[in-house]
Formats: sequence, C-alpha cells, structure tokens
Amino acid sequence: MAFEIVKTRADLDRLQIKFKKSLDSQSKQILICAGTGCVAGGSLKIYERLQEILKEKDIPCSVMLEEEPHDTIGVKKSGCHGFCEKGPLLRIEPYGWLYLKVKVEDCEEIVEKTIIGNECVDRLVYKDAEGKPYRQQSEIPFYKKQTRLALEHCGQINAESIVEYIAVGGYQAVAKALFDMTSEEIVDEITKSTLRGRGGGGFPTGTKWAQVLKQDVDEKYVVCNGDEGDPGAFMDRSMMEGDPHRVIEGMIIAGKATNAHHGYIYVRAEYPLAVERLQIAIDKATKRGLLGKNIMGSGFDFDLKICQGAGAFVCGEGSALTASIEGHRGMPRVKPPRTTEHGLFDKPTVLNNVETFCNVPPIILKGADWYCTIGPDKSHGTKAFALTGNVNNTGLIEVPMGTKLREVIYDIGGGVKDGEFKAVQIGGPSGGCLCLNSDEDHLDISLDFDSLKKVGAMIGSGGLVVMNDKSCMVEVARFFMNFTQNESCGKCVPCREGTKRMLELLNDIVEGRGTPEHLETLEELADTVSNTALCGLGKSAPSPVISTMKYFKDEYIAHVVDKKCPAGQCKALSNYKIDSEKCKGCTKCARQCPVGAISGTVKEPHVIDPAKCIKCGACMQGCPFGAIERV
Amino acid sequence: MLSDKDFKILDEILEKYGHDPSRVIGIMQDIQREYRYLPTESLTYISKALSLSEAKIFGVATFYENFSLEPKGKYVIKVCDGTACHVRNSVPILEEFRKVLGLSESKKTTDDMMFTVETVSCLGACGLAPVCTVNDEVHPAMTPDKVQGIIDGLRSGEGK
Repeated sequence: MAFEIVKTRADLDRLQIKFKKSLDSQSKQILICAGTGCVAGGSLKIYERLQEILKEKDIPCSVMLEEEPHDTIGVKKSGCHGFCEKGPLLRIEPYGWLYLKVKVEDCEEIVEKTIIGNECVDRLVYKDAEGKPYRQQSEIPFYKKQTRLALEHCGQINAESIVEYIAVGGYQAVAKALFDMTSEEIVDEITKSTLRGRGGGGFPTGTKWAQVLKQDVDEKYVVCNGDEGDPGAFMDRSMMEGDPHRVIEGMIIAGKATNAHHGYIYVRAEYPLAVERLQIAIDKATKRGLLGKNIMGSGFDFDLKICQGAGAFVCGEGSALTASIEGHRGMPRVKPPRTTEHGLFDKPTVLNNVETFCNVPPIILKGADWYCTIGPDKSHGTKAFALTGNVNNTGLIEVPMGTKLREVIYDIGGGVKDGEFKAVQIGGPSGGCLCLNSDEDHLDISLDFDSLKKVGAMIGSGGLVVMNDKSCMVEVARFFMNFTQNESCGKCVPCREGTKRMLELLNDIVEGRGTPEHLETLEELADTVSNTALCGLGKSAPSPVISTMKYFKDEYIAHVVDKKCPAGQCKALSNYKIDSEKCKGCTKCARQCPVGAISGTVKEPHVIDPAKCIKCGACMQGCPFGAIERV
Repeated sequence: MLSDKDFKILDEILEKYGHDPSRVIGIMQDIQREYRYLPTESLTYISKALSLSEAKIFGVATFYENFSLEPKGKYVIKVCDGTACHVRNSVPILEEFRKVLGLSESKKTTDDMMFTVETVSCLGACGLAPVCTVNDEVHPAMTPDKVQGIIDGLRSGEGK
C-alpha cells in the first residue's frame, strides 16, 4: 500500500490534521483490550466475532485507521486499559463507555444495541458494591483518582497503528526536539522537570543525560531497559505493548539530547507480545521516515534495535544489561566508571527505563513548568504501579507522585480482599513493606521517592502487592530471599554466599527449626550483605528481611520461640483440628490420612492425634463439610 | 548426532545474525526455538563459526535461565511463582501439575517427552493471578482443580 513519507516537519503537521480527520470520521470505535491479561481472557475471539457480526449486517468496519476519512466503525486492538481484574474490556468511543468481562456471546447484543441503536448495554458496565452502575470509564472509582500520563494512550488508541498515533499528536515532541531545540536545551528542560528514573533507583534523568552529552566521543548509545524482572510488576510491559511509539519517541529525543545515533531496547524473553508490537512500531516508523536516516529531513540519524533477554533478573542492573546486549553473561561490574562514561560497547550510554522514556515526550511538548505542577517537590510527575495481591481491583494504575497509600488501596483498589489490611510489599525483592499495626500506620504515607525512603521502603519499579491478615510476613521474606538467591549471578561472595545462608536461616524458621540465635545471625548477615555486595541487587537483597524484621518482629519471635505461625500459613508450625460441631463422622478424613492419625466411629465426630500428624493437610482438603481447620 | 540438514539450519541462523559474536544470545534463542533445547553439538559448531571459545559459549548457555541443555517436552508448562501469584496460592497448582504428571522438582520432563513442568519468577500477568502458561498461552485465575482438565485437553488434542 502506498503511504506518505514524512520528509519535513510540515509533512508531519499536515498528516496529523489529515489523520485526525480520518479518526473523527469513524462514527464509532470499539477498542478491545489486547494486553496480555485480556488476551488470556479471550479478547481476540471477541475482536474477531465483532468483525464477523458487522460483516453479516453489512456495516462497514476497519481494523486499521485509513489515511483518508471513511465512514466506518473502527474495531481496534488497544493496549492495556489497566482494569485487568474485570477483563476482557471493551471501550466504546465517542461515548467513553467501558464494558467489563465481555464474552463472545455478548457481541451480538453490543452490535445491535450500541453500534446500531446508540444504547448502552447496562448489564456490562461497572457496578460498585451498592450496585450503582457507572457507564463512563472516567467515572469509575478505579480510574477517577488516576492521572494517566505515561499510560495516556494505553487503551485509548490502536497499539499497532502509526496513523492513529500521529493523529493524536505522535512524533510532535520529536519534531520539536529536532527542529526547535539544541541538545543542551533538551537536557536543561529534562533537568528542570526533575524527572527521576522510574526503574527503581530514582536517579535524576537530566543529570544522567548531561553526563553523556559532555563526553566528547563519536559513538554513543541510548538503551531502554525493558527487562522488568521484579515479580509483581508489569507496567513497562503494558507500555511497550500498548503504546510502543511513545517509547521510541522518548528514545529519539534522548538520542538528540546526547548526540547518540544508535538505540537498543532490551526486552525480557517472557514478554513476546511486547517484542512483537515494538518491532511493528519500529518498522512502521522507519518506513515513514520517523526513525533511521535523516529523520523528518532534520539531518539527525537514529536507528533502533530490539534485544531479547534470556531469563536473568540481574540483567535489569545497568552494567549487566549492557554485558548481555554484547553477548556476554549478564554480570554487573564494579562502578565507577558509570554507564554514562563506559556503557554499551564501552561507549557513553544513556540507560533509562521504559516508563522514564514514556515521560519524556510530554515534558518536551508541554514544558518542564507544566510537569512540575504534578506531584510534590523533587518528585514531580506520576508513577505507574502494578496493583496486585489481596486487593479487590487488581490492575495497572498511574497516580501523581505523593498520592496516599490509603487512596491507592481503598479508592482505586476497592479495598482488601478476603480479610483485613496487613501490609503492602512495595518495590519487589529490593523493596520493603508498608504496614498497619499497633506501632505503625503507613496508610497515610505519600508514595514518592523521599517519603518511602524514610520508612525503609522504595518505589522500585512499582510493584504494589497487597497482603491481608492471612499472609505470614516471615514467609514473604523467605519467598523474596528464595527469589534473589536463585537470581544471584554469583560474581561476588556477599551476595552468592550471603543470600544462600540467609535463605537457609529463613527456611529453618518457617519449618519450625528456628531459634532466637537464628534471628541474630539473620540480622547480622543482612547488614553485611547490604553493605558489601557488588551491585544494587545484592545490596538491596536483604531489604525485605530487614523491613519485615523491623515491623513484624513479634511474628518472627512467635515462629522461633512459641513455634507458632500467627497467620497460620506455615504448614510445619500449624496444627490441624476437627470442629466437633461440623464433623458428621463420614470417616473420609480417617481414610485419607496417610499416617493413621485420625480416629473415631462412624457418624461420631473424629479427632486428630497431634503426635502422629505430619501436617500434610490431606484431611482438610478432602473434608466435604469444611470441619477441619488449621490453627 | 546432528545431520547435514541440522547444520544447514544452524548456518541459516548464523547467517541471519551476520555471524556477529555479540549476537550469540539471539543465535542460541533461535536454535532453542528450533530444537526446544540447545544440543551440545550445536554449541560446539557455533563456537567455531563465531570464533568464540566453547567455554564462553557454555558460560552464556548455562548463565541464562531460558536456555536448556536438556531436551524439553513438547508442552512446556510454566507455573508463575511471582509475588502476586504466590500470595494467591500458586504453590498448590505447581504441586498438582507435578502430581498429575508424576514429576518432581528434580524430574521436570515426562518420559514420553510430552510435558515439562517448571516455575517462572513472574510472567507479568499479575492482574490474573495465579497464572500458568502452556507454550506461551496464558491460563488465568488457575486453581488446582483446573490442572487435570488442561492436561486432558492437551492429550486429547494430540490424539486428533
């Protein structure tokens, strides 16, 4: 198909107007969420079924926005809308309605009522606990408190269409950076915006770029870190899948700001869809003249390659990541020299996270002063969080920095699921917990870099895992230690050996072999590892232990002194008991018990002999009356 | 033993990456996609073709978790044990898969080379926790009860 190439800035402006007209000419649009979550829920079948039905009814529809105005219904695959718990999601434009948990069988009714009849299918809209319906996506409490900046287009446009991206103002920031600004001016604007790295460290982006700019070397690189390895985080994935051109735009601007002409996007192997969408976006942008040689006739060259990871958490660390792109084992090295001086292929390198790059285009377009109106001092802007765990509304959210934890969990997240609030784990295996107990109340803490640091936690990449009162904090610490121990690259002794010994101690504690000495050794090791490990991952590996020991010391003591797990999670420390009220004497448990620890007569309540019980839990799983409980 | 046909496949892969030693990870990913694991002979071959030592090639192959020097089953089942899945009880799902297929932590692949069961740190589908994938197809909101059905479905698909 013939298409216009953007040879000048005027071309881009003209195409934007033209494509916007085309977008406006679509009388209705159905945006089907094609993020990983909704695809798993069957959204692609819905996408196909809708097209079939429209075809049967002779209603013209188009899956890709055409360049010329055309009166059709747009049926589009969009990026993640964020409300993953309620997927598959469908957004209807121009009304802004959001349909939840849509099934293939609902498609007929959607076409009949909404597309032909302009009516809302009310049974598919969000309803709160009192049953109040919300048609408008923007009115739903989950969305109302959010400020979507990096996720602006996720769920709003077709993730695979460059025409649509240009129609909503795409590549205008690149045009401004290439034609109106010098490298120094771009760096100054970013510095003024106080944008800080969204990948975990929170290092000021402007400072980083300035360091690369001042290196007088011919070859420099821009690298995007899409190796989102933190368990419980998926915001970068959603941005790469849902708005790939935004990432590319941010990287071109970084290239211009630092005189770098080559870029790499390093993506986890676990994210095949992100790789696919990014590749489509790179190919389309290159064909249009928005990437590659002489971008928009500005004389500036910038090319981009995707590099796939192969499953190593440590590659999220800067020097390990560049080593991996070069084809080596992904192991960090001693710093300095920093990546900004000796990075990829030993050249000065700008290395930023996906979300950081996504924040760049709006800062360039609207200016640093505008950006500074969002969020508190020194932590301006927004942050995307992956809200997961025991919370009613799981999903992807973006809020201004400084939003209170309470608002995130209760207003956006809809409250804690299956129990009372106990803690949130923030920042993944490098982070800590925020909690609510007799001594501490972190619910009103504001989520920004500095406030979290004060209580021993960090934003990290932005995983927010909510835990209810049935979660054992010692087990949570063990879980993370198991993770970091597995992922330790083995280069430095403190991390390689220290995490291993810490894991052994934690295993002893949850399996009932712990003593008060275990706790002392654990604390000492945590201190040693965090002070002596080589890279950031090793240094922060003990954080979950330090943080849980600080706020939940009594739970640790209960494990080692009383040999009890207060949350009832640790199998080895719990006892099984039969409720004589509920037991009907069916004998099923006695037959299932592998060690013959259960006795009793038919139709009479049974009892478990704790001396014989091996705590396997087979009786509890098998009981048809729910009469067996773990205490 | 690799045949001439296999070496032709390896040559094609090496060609695709322009015999660039810095892209050895991509090359190995392509080989693994072809064979579902990295045959030792193929590593020796690419070590010569790229002028990299075998030690270096094996170092890379054993460093990254995605590479396997052992053949894997036709269906690779990955049970997510990321934080979100873990707090929503992913461990019983893993145990059920192992029980149904007669596998364990040390024995990951069935004798008929049909199924491999492993854990993965996070699939990034936390909103649907707990999840597992079968050859990259995501199964959301898993429970131990659904395990038998998935296995039966895959087996009956084979019979067709």
